[in-house]
Amino acid sequence: MSYDAKFRVWRGDADGGDLVDYTVEVNDGEVVLDIIHRLQATQSGDLAVRWNCKAGKCGSCSAEVNGMPRLLCMTRMSTFSETETVTVTPLRAFPVIRDLVTDVSFNYAKARQIPAFAPPEGVAPGEYRMQQVDVERSQEFRKCIECFLCQDTCHVVRDHETNKEAFAGPRFLIRAAELDMHPLDARDDRADFAREEQGIGMCNITKCCTEVCPEHIKITDNAIIPMKERVAGRHYDPLVWLGTKIGLRKR
Amino acid sequence: MTAELETYDYDVLIIGAGGAGLRAAIAARESGLRTAIICKSLFGKAHTVMAEGGIAASMGNVNSNDSWQVHFRDTMRGGKFLNSWRMAELHAKEAPDRVWELETYGALFDRTPDGRISQRNFGGHEYPRLAHVGDRTGLELIRTMQQKIVSLQQDDERESGDPESRLRVFAEVTITDLLQDPSGAVAGAFGYWRESGRFVRFNAPAVVLATGGIGKSFKVTSNSWEYTGDGHALALRAGSNLVNMEFVQFHPTGMVWPPSVKGILVTESVRGDGGVLKNSEGKRFMFDYVPDVFRGQYAQTEEEGDRWYTDPDRNKRPPELLPRDEVARAINSEVKAGRGSPHGGVFLDISSRRTPEEILKKLPSMHHQFKELADVDITKEPMEVGPTCHYVMGGVEVDPDTAAAAGVPGLFAAGEVSGGMHGSNRLGGNSLSDLLVFGARAGKGAAAYVQGLGDRRPDVDQAVIDAAAAAALAPFEEEGGENPYTLHQEMQQTMNDLVGIIRTAHEIERALDRLAELKVRAQHLTVEGHRQFNPGWHLALDLRNMLAVSECVARAALLRQESRGGHTRDDYPTMDPHWRGRNLICSAHGDAIEVREQPMSAMRGDLLALFDTDELAKYLTPEELAAVPAPATHTDGSRS
Repeated sequence: MSYDAKFRVWRGDADGGDLVDYTVEVNDGEVVLDIIHRLQATQSGDLAVRWNCKAGKCGSCSAEVNGMPRLLCMTRMSTFSETETVTVTPLRAFPVIRDLVTDVSFNYAKARQIPAFAPPEGVAPGEYRMQQVDVERSQEFRKCIECFLCQDTCHVVRDHETNKEAFAGPRFLIRAAELDMHPLDARDDRADFAREEQGIGMCNITKCCTEVCPEHIKITDNAIIPMKERVAGRHYDPLVWLGTKIGLRKR
Repeated sequence: MTAELETYDYDVLIIGAGGAGLRAAIAARESGLRTAIICKSLFGKAHTVMAEGGIAASMGNVNSNDSWQVHFRDTMRGGKFLNSWRMAELHAKEAPDRVWELETYGALFDRTPDGRISQRNFGGHEYPRLAHVGDRTGLELIRTMQQKIVSLQQDDERESGDPESRLRVFAEVTITDLLQDPSGAVAGAFGYWRESGRFVRFNAPAVVLATGGIGKSFKVTSNSWEYTGDGHALALRAGSNLVNMEFVQFHPTGMVWPPSVKGILVTESVRGDGGVLKNSEGKRFMFDYVPDVFRGQYAQTEEEGDRWYTDPDRNKRPPELLPRDEVARAINSEVKAGRGSPHGGVFLDISSRRTPEEILKKLPSMHHQFKELADVDITKEPMEVGPTCHYVMGGVEVDPDTAAAAGVPGLFAAGEVSGGMHGSNRLGGNSLSDLLVFGARAGKGAAAYVQGLGDRRPDVDQAVIDAAAAAALAPFEEEGGENPYTLHQEMQQTMNDLVGIIRTAHEIERALDRLAELKVRAQHLTVEGHRQFNPGWHLALDLRNMLAVSECVARAALLRQESRGGHTRDDYPTMDPHWRGRNLICSAHGDAIEVREQPMSAMRGDLLALFDTDELAKYLTPEELAAVPAPATHTDGSRS
């Protein structure tokens, strides 16, 4: 049960590169990452690709397959016909280092800007009490494997290099939502931060991020929209505004 | 070349950014020292994220009978009494605090109805003990500590304007050699940026090895590419010792089909949550494989085993939850006897035991993994599973209290790369707790060592640096040499076939011959391309580590003439009490690996008293048994 497939893989570095054609064996049950590894072992020992777990749990092998942001280890070859050419290119939203490896440091810089979890005062370790139903909302976002496919596909990031400064991207908007919904986080300014520092207003909820998330996190519906509503409530709802002014609501 | 060598100075250098490395870094930084973390991958991708089941800690949230004493006892039983008892004691005592601490960093574990951290059952653990988040506990642990490290960097930024002033992560850097001063004390490390291939030198008087395991020496493994035994080999070459290397854990349930995912883990939680193992005749075969040492602790009928899930106080647990070595051997025997599944495994079935809703809630990532990779819906049909190389019990010989490595001042080790804690077999859930407990101890141990040095800093001869650089570049110099990928595959096949789950002297000797031959061939590797992100070159450098570690496994396996835990000898099929008190110690002398026996220290009386004499008699020699003090009366209620 094996056949020879046609592959086109982008080879190059920051100075430029090109799609290179390969013919390579494919066996029953294989995924795109297996084929990339076969190219490394048999035809092109220096083909650069990131990967770790090969089970969809670490989020390292992100790339674009036929133009779609995907995890290479979770893209089964059986989803393509035997005659189809499979094109593998690096994530487009980030600078190329070499071949399929991109510089994703943008994401680590954004991660460092978000104020950390603030432990509740006066609650000793071991004394934290939370209900399952309350932790589940944040747990959904903590499933994130940081593959950055959502960052790659988000047109705010992808199409406008200049937006990167002001916009944190879906991955870090769910981080803000996760902390906002954490039952014991002591800060109450997560929504303000999302508006003022993370540029949540730039998202126009096209849900592309949700579509590519390999963990099936409902990024837009469960994180971004509720956070936008909180922002709108705090800043544009006249009753809430009045409440904060006369001290009925905590800012 | 040396003029442009990129150089950094730190107090503590942590090699490895999995659970142990990150916890060590937090401890070293909180001790006020300038700390660097080296990651072979991107930050947050470490193999720890693959851990599914949970963190073992006797918090007693689900069953209040649990205590550190019971956890200690389970750990020693699981390791067949070969564990470093002091490590097992520290581990059992400190695990709860290390878990609770994670909540103060922001971790969100699953909860009990009264709002505490929920705990689940697992193989070899007497009570529900594993703190968990669905079946992605390792990811939660890594993300939590990653975010804690970011928060420490934010503190530093507020204080000094520079987030990396006291704690910096060097992502995608591989260390190829430790640097030592002429006396042998650690002075730093030498390596390369994977991205550019540029060399980098770290000066640091203390190095913590936290590099994980050696699974990539075997063909069928649950381990990622990073698991090439780097820390094991670095310690060996620096003059330290490896202990217990013959003990390799084959996890009983890895995927067996399709071929490309063979070896990927199927969490033990499937069995903890009700899944059962069946052969091709539909029989729950584990009832036939309860060994004498565990008879009396496991159910003898399916009815009793099934009642245990809802009434654990009055029933015994099903034998599917025996320690991993027992289950792996049983599966191996069933397949060998011709009662296997179509793809050479056995069936693991939860679909007939739990509702689809329960399965999706408790095992979401298993459902996802089988659906995506094998097109199997585990809520409707059984999985096919078989043993996969998962964990090495052996590792750097360390001081239990400080994690200091034997024989090399300034070298520390924690997590899978260290040895002793798990004896001959590790219990599920005891790895994540091990990472936290001994990661923290290694960070503190390294900090105390550096503080004890005062202003003294070990110095390295230039010749040492030049030699490290030359060794790393050797694969580019050779023309017409061998392909590193081919050599790697041959080594994996050798280890899998000849030093795998069942061993004999004859086969191990053949493996040693082949390894010797591979070692010679590995001197002449050729890689194409240049130094920028070149996986062929990276593999060529990792190969010498894998070969050294494989040789340790084979040599120790040949010497130990008994079967115990993760070491099964067909020619010596039983456990021999005379081997229990002896560790096998590997050391390197030039290119040669030597193995010697080393007696273990006797367990402290109060710890021995936690066991019945009847049980001790299964493990100890008559002479050792005679020396055991008479049992005292118990007040902790922990005796079973």
